[in-house]
Amino acid sequence: MELLNNLGLGFETAFTPINLLFAFIGVALGTAVGVLPGIGPTATIAMLLPITFGFEPVTSLIMLAGIYYGAQYGGSTTAILINLPGESSAAVTALDGHQMAKQGRAGPALATAALGSFFAGTVGTLALALFAEPISRAALLFGPAEYFSLVVLGLIASIALASGSVLKALAMIVLGLLLGTVGQDLYSGTPRFTFGMRELYSGLNFVSLAVGLFGVAEILRNLEGDITRSVMVQKVKNLWLTKDDFRRIRGPVLRGTGLGTALGVLPGAGHVLASFVSYSVEKRVSKRPEEFGRGAIEGVAAPESANNAAAQTQFVPLLTLGLPVSPIMALLLGAFIIQGIVPGPSVIDDEPELVWGLIASMWIGNFFLVLLNLPLIGLWVKMLTIPYRVLFPAIIAFASIGTYSIALNAFHVYAIAFFGILGYVLIKLGNEPAPLLLGFVLGPLLEEYLRRALIISDGDPSVFVTRPISLTLLILAAAAFAIAVLPSVRRKREVVFEEED
Amino acid sequence: MSMHGARKDLLAGAVFVIFGLAFAITSSTYEVGSALRMGPGYFPLVLGSVLVLLGILIAVKGFVAGDTGELGPVPWKATVLIVAALLFFGFTVRGLGMVPSLLVAVFLTALAGRNARVIPSAVIAASLTALSILIFVIVLQLRLPYFGPWLG
Repeated sequence: MELLNNLGLGFETAFTPINLLFAFIGVALGTAVGVLPGIGPTATIAMLLPITFGFEPVTSLIMLAGIYYGAQYGGSTTAILINLPGESSAAVTALDGHQMAKQGRAGPALATAALGSFFAGTVGTLALALFAEPISRAALLFGPAEYFSLVVLGLIASIALASGSVLKALAMIVLGLLLGTVGQDLYSGTPRFTFGMRELYSGLNFVSLAVGLFGVAEILRNLEGDITRSVMVQKVKNLWLTKDDFRRIRGPVLRGTGLGTALGVLPGAGHVLASFVSYSVEKRVSKRPEEFGRGAIEGVAAPESANNAAAQTQFVPLLTLGLPVSPIMALLLGAFIIQGIVPGPSVIDDEPELVWGLIASMWIGNFFLVLLNLPLIGLWVKMLTIPYRVLFPAIIAFASIGTYSIALNAFHVYAIAFFGILGYVLIKLGNEPAPLLLGFVLGPLLEEYLRRALIISDGDPSVFVTRPISLTLLILAAAAFAIAVLPSVRRKREVVFEEED
Repeated sequence: MSMHGARKDLLAGAVFVIFGLAFAITSSTYEVGSALRMGPGYFPLVLGSVLVLLGILIAVKGFVAGDTGELGPVPWKATVLIVAALLFFGFTVRGLGMVPSLLVAVFLTALAGRNARVIPSAVIAASLTALSILIFVIVLQLRLPYFGPWLG
């Protein structure tokens, strides 16, 4: 009954007033940025990272994690009410959710999304609690060679699941890895690519990079054209579901939750993929597939459950292996490192309060989210009337202050401008920003494991293929790459991601 | 196949080639070492070369396929204003203090909006500065002086 003891410890940690408060603040902020198109959880977490430095590690992570899964709830509200996904994984929800809203059934659609999300979030959290310990145990056997191969697998798999050109995604990863090498070399202390600037000795600041790439570049994209939001926000009424509705969503919620839980651990956009896959599964098993796209409640229940389950299980690789599978997990990894904790398999033993407290807080956070999103739905709908011309200066203001406050160093603010421009140019030329951030965060780890493995093996590169676990991971990476470039899979990916646009 | 259509991939390839070359050339000035004892230059030299290669492949592929669509409009005014705002904030936040520095930076940013006008932008700047003080200085207790030594 070790699991129960662990969960007990977790709830004890999560139920302290300060942690409850910050779990609440996190999910409320998350809902807000999920609702608002034009600002997402990635930029928000990047902006808020600096101000959590002074917090206890567990409090800081509880809040930042809350922003992430809170945004999954908020995103569906915008998708349903104004047919604009506030968050990318809510794109599928918009298909049927908005049709339901048009037919005057916005209330049941929102209720389905919230209840499905809550159920899925609970199951996802439980899965995280169940798998965290065994995976950490297994990973303790990993040496540098295994870790090197694991990081390679993570990076390659993230391409396989991304949209767009494989070559470009690969190039973005390599560019990210290179940007990650800026700063003093770990072994020799030689400053690399610093051009004599002392500020660069400790490397490029990753808050600046994330804010520039996901905040400023996104603002510039949005300012290209008119953002006109036709907010035809009618009063949302009749939030409760009928007996018939309940009967119809039972299956989709269960299947969506299962798919989401499993797909969430995959690197790349696991939660986006989960919502797409569960939608097409429902369409296939439904007796009335013609209703999909015309306001089928199953089309809201399945993807919403899937993306929330995935949002929780995304934490499995982060907490057990120290491997982030998405940009947001990369930011949370940064939060761990800033707090002086090196994420990896030993974290669960060294910092049990942190890991179990975080897991327990997710269940509490999901509970808050149901309260926030059902009775208080009107509040969030009002937020949709905040015009973009107020929103983007706020993003710039908060980003500047937050980044400056890390070290009271203006250099980090200049770096936002640099990465904003770089990010805008790269996105404009058809590159996804996410692989770059993953590469940047994983780059130093990749180099360290590579060099350490080779030092241990006396420079024999065969160490990566003679150790069985390392070999298996590399074979999986090769398979993931092959799958990504196979023509038939490429076509399918294009279809899936085209629906997103 | 038109040159115009392929421009996006050609440019993307060019950007990667430039970055790859810059990193590769600079890292060759560090001690490169061997696979057994990798010097600080080894890893970035290899990656820089890979990036050059990928850049060339992307450009060639774009040239052959040739239909990657238009670049679309670029918000030049917004880009200049937002960069100016960030640089101004970084340059003056210590000397002028948080209040005047943020006020000007947010004002510049707000002007970047489409059809932005001066007075509404000033109102946005004033309200967001007040909100930032409330959040960062009063609630979160960050040590950022309101006014700096340049004004004293």
